[in-house]
Parts: sequence; C-alpha cells; structure tokens
Amino acid sequence: MEPVHPGLFTPSGLLGGSCGSCARRHFPVAVPCPWCGSDDVATVTLSAHGTLWGWTAVTAAPPGYDGPVPYGFGVVELPDDGLQVVTRLVDADPAALEEGAPMRFTVVALTPGTSTWAFERA
Amino acid sequence: MSGIRVTGVGMHPFGRHGDATATEMGVVAVRAAIAEAGIPRGGFQAAFCGTAYGGVASGHRVLGALGLTGGPIVDIEAGCASGAAALSLAAGAIAAGQFDTVLVFGVEKMPRGVIRSSFFAPWQEAAGLSPAPAYFALRAQQLMRQSGVTKRDLADVVVKNRRHGRTNDDAMFRAEVTAEEVLASRVVCEPLHLWMLCSPNEGAAAMVLQAGDGGVQLRAAALRSHLPGYVLNEGTPMCGLVGSDPPTPSRMAADAAYAEAGVGPEDLDVVECQDTDAARELLAYEELRLCPPGGSAALLRSGATALGGRLPVNPSGGLLSKGEPLGASALGQAVELVHQLRGECRGRQVPGARVALAHTVGRGANASAVILTR
Repeated sequence: MEPVHPGLFTPSGLLGGSCGSCARRHFPVAVPCPWCGSDDVATVTLSAHGTLWGWTAVTAAPPGYDGPVPYGFGVVELPDDGLQVVTRLVDADPAALEEGAPMRFTVVALTPGTSTWAFERA
Repeated sequence: MSGIRVTGVGMHPFGRHGDATATEMGVVAVRAAIAEAGIPRGGFQAAFCGTAYGGVASGHRVLGALGLTGGPIVDIEAGCASGAAALSLAAGAIAAGQFDTVLVFGVEKMPRGVIRSSFFAPWQEAAGLSPAPAYFALRAQQLMRQSGVTKRDLADVVVKNRRHGRTNDDAMFRAEVTAEEVLASRVVCEPLHLWMLCSPNEGAAAMVLQAGDGGVQLRAAALRSHLPGYVLNEGTPMCGLVGSDPPTPSRMAADAAYAEAGVGPEDLDVVECQDTDAARELLAYEELRLCPPGGSAALLRSGATALGGRLPVNPSGGLLSKGEPLGASALGQAVELVHQLRGECRGRQVPGARVALAHTVGRGANASAVILTR
C-alpha cells in the first residue's frame, strides 16, 4: 500500500523536523522551522509512544475522504519530542478512551490502495 | 480627531435562497444601507467587500448593479472574520483621513454541508484530518475538562440562542428547541451533536461608515491572527508544543479593541459572538473576559447571557439561528448591534443598550472584535 502522502511516516513512526537552531521539533517536516524560522532542520523519526490528550470520532465522511467511517480522531502527546500531534485514532468509540491513555504508533489501511498512520491504545 | 459614525445598515436574510446569487443578495443589503445613510448613488469613496467563496471581483459585481464610481473596491478574505476585516480596513482608512464615507459589505453563497476550503492540502483531506467539526469537538472537550462545562450546558447554549432568534426575520432558524431535542440530534463528533453546530448558508450584510460624531459610533474594529504553538488553535496546525499556551486570536483582538475604544468588558451591554458550535460561545465568554478563566459554565447557568440577563449574548439568535455565510457573518453581527443600540429590535431588544461588542473567529486563524457605542 502507498502512504497517503510521501514523507509523513515510516513503519517505525512519524517523520518530524528537528531544528538545529531552537532545538524544538515539529510535524510534518517543514523548512524553515515553524517555531523559529531557521533553515537548519533535520528529519527525525518521532517517538512511537505517547499519551492521549484529546479524542473524538468522525461519524460522516468529510469532503475529499474515501476511507471508512466512523474513525477516531484526536491529539496524542509525545513527551520525548515535546510535541502534541493531530492524528487518526484506531479506536472510533470515544467512550472507550480516556485522558492520559498510553498510545502507540501504527500504520493502517485507508483505502484499498493507500495507508495512513494512526495511534492505538498501547 | 473625529470619530466614525455608522450611518446606514442593511441585510439580506441569512438562509438558503435557491437560485439567488451572491451578487443579488449583496445588492439588497447595500441598497438598504445606502438608503438609510441618505447618501446619493455612488456617494462613497471606497468599498470593502468581505467574501470567502465569492471568487474574483465579488464586490465589483455587486456595485456594478448599483453604479460604479471609479473609487477602489477591494474584496477581503479572512475566513469567518472576512466581514470584520473589511470593517477594520474601512475604519482605518477613515481614521487616517483617506476617505470620509466608505461602504462595507459582505456577501456569501456557501456550498452545502461540511465547509470545504482550499485551506487543507489534498492529502490532509484524504487522510481524514480536515473536518472542522472534529477540531471543534476537541476544543469542546478541552473546555469541558478545564471549565467544568457539561453536555447539558452545550445544549443550553443552543436553547438560549434559538429562543433569541425567534423574532429575527433575518435568521435561518426561528423555532425554539429544547435541550432534550438538541441532545437527541445525531452525534457529529462527540461531544458535539448536529444541532450544536451552525449551518453554513447564504446572505449579505452592509454598513455605511462616515467620519464624524453622533448616533451609533464605531469605536474599534480589531483583527488578530494566531501565535504558533497551541495544537488546537484555529489555524489547525498538525502539531503543537507541549505546555504552549499563547494568548488566542480572540483574546488578543478583544484586548486590542477594549484598549482602542477605552472600554472594558464590565462596560458592555450586549455581545454578539462566534457560536460556530455551542462550545465556541462558552470559550468566547472566557476569551472576551466576560467571566474569569474557567467561569463560562457559571456565567451561562446564571442566566446573565440570556435576554433579560445582565449581559445578553447573541440576542440575534447567533450563528446557531442565523447560519453562517462567511463573508457576511461578522457584518451581520454588527448590523444586529446597530439595531440594538438604536433600540429597534422588537421582541429581542436589550433595554438601554449603549456599548456593544461583536466577535468572530475562524480559519487562518483570524479573530475580530468590534465595539460599537451610542
């Protein structure tokens, strides 16, 4: 399966930017650094483990989306990277999740030919 | 330095209007505003038109039907704050002495359904990371966690605003609803149910501004965009920094408007705010300093923000009753407040209103705070 877009993730984790000037990270990789404007940005694999910070489920397909519904949607905090990332969640039942739940990175099918990343309960 | 007077306002009702074009709706609103102001055909030196979906030269198309004068006509896109951005630029031009009389208007004919915009990259849409209600839901969840807001509170915002909208002939929805009905509508993105979300729609609003003092005065029209760092800011970034909590665009715009107008939140008599979803109104209470941080649920439950309360919010019915035609929406709020300040809002009048604030926020992120006084 092809990733939904190149340069976003590998099977090991999300690909983020790490700034050599301000030492902060970001996702997806962007040059210049969105926090300080430096061009000194290296690509790094972000942590595959984090905690759940916000979550909901999308119950109807939004424009431009051909994947399954409902699907989970939320924000996972990656403490090792100092980042909160917006992400798809494997679990589409908001009642089954809680703040601070341990989460891990995974790759899931989006359409028959494409994949995307998601986080699931660890 | 002289002030800025609002000498005329006009509306085309917000709703769904079949084959009516944005241009035709704009003509209705602009003609009404010009007639109220008592200025002759073409009696303004510049025009600013807010629109997000109107396409090239939307303002020219409206004024083409009303007489072109050769003066500048500029379309302004600033997401949900487009109309307020037009107002801000017009006010600045008058304050600078560039023009004496400026026409400001907003027109919109939105596609149906969840708002789609060129804001997101195609892959973000394909990956399911673009739906606005999902971002609204995450913000609602944060507010529930931080401020003790309950789902019942969210439903009660809808009940309040729909009750307010009963007598607004320019609103899309004019029937009252109960909290039980709101909570029985389908879940779009937990905790937000369908009736807690405003409807994108169609309409137009217009205002004539003139240098001078007397009547209804425009005292501030501040526009601010976001600072980086917060993962749920309305700019919908894909990431944020842990522990980052910069002031929001709404907070910055409100503070700038209060400073410019020389009034504080304690001076306000009536507010129109961005109730894109029910939680967004409660968040605005805190951002606009209508209550202390964490105090939005208590303010709502006290009844202060309902008609008859200390500080009615969204007497027009808000976006939850009117719907949201992006380019016209902020001016629709300002038109409502002008009518409130003139004492013309039969059935929903805030008695003796003298100081009013209108607030919008949306994509970009752009937030506006407009202060009008009488």
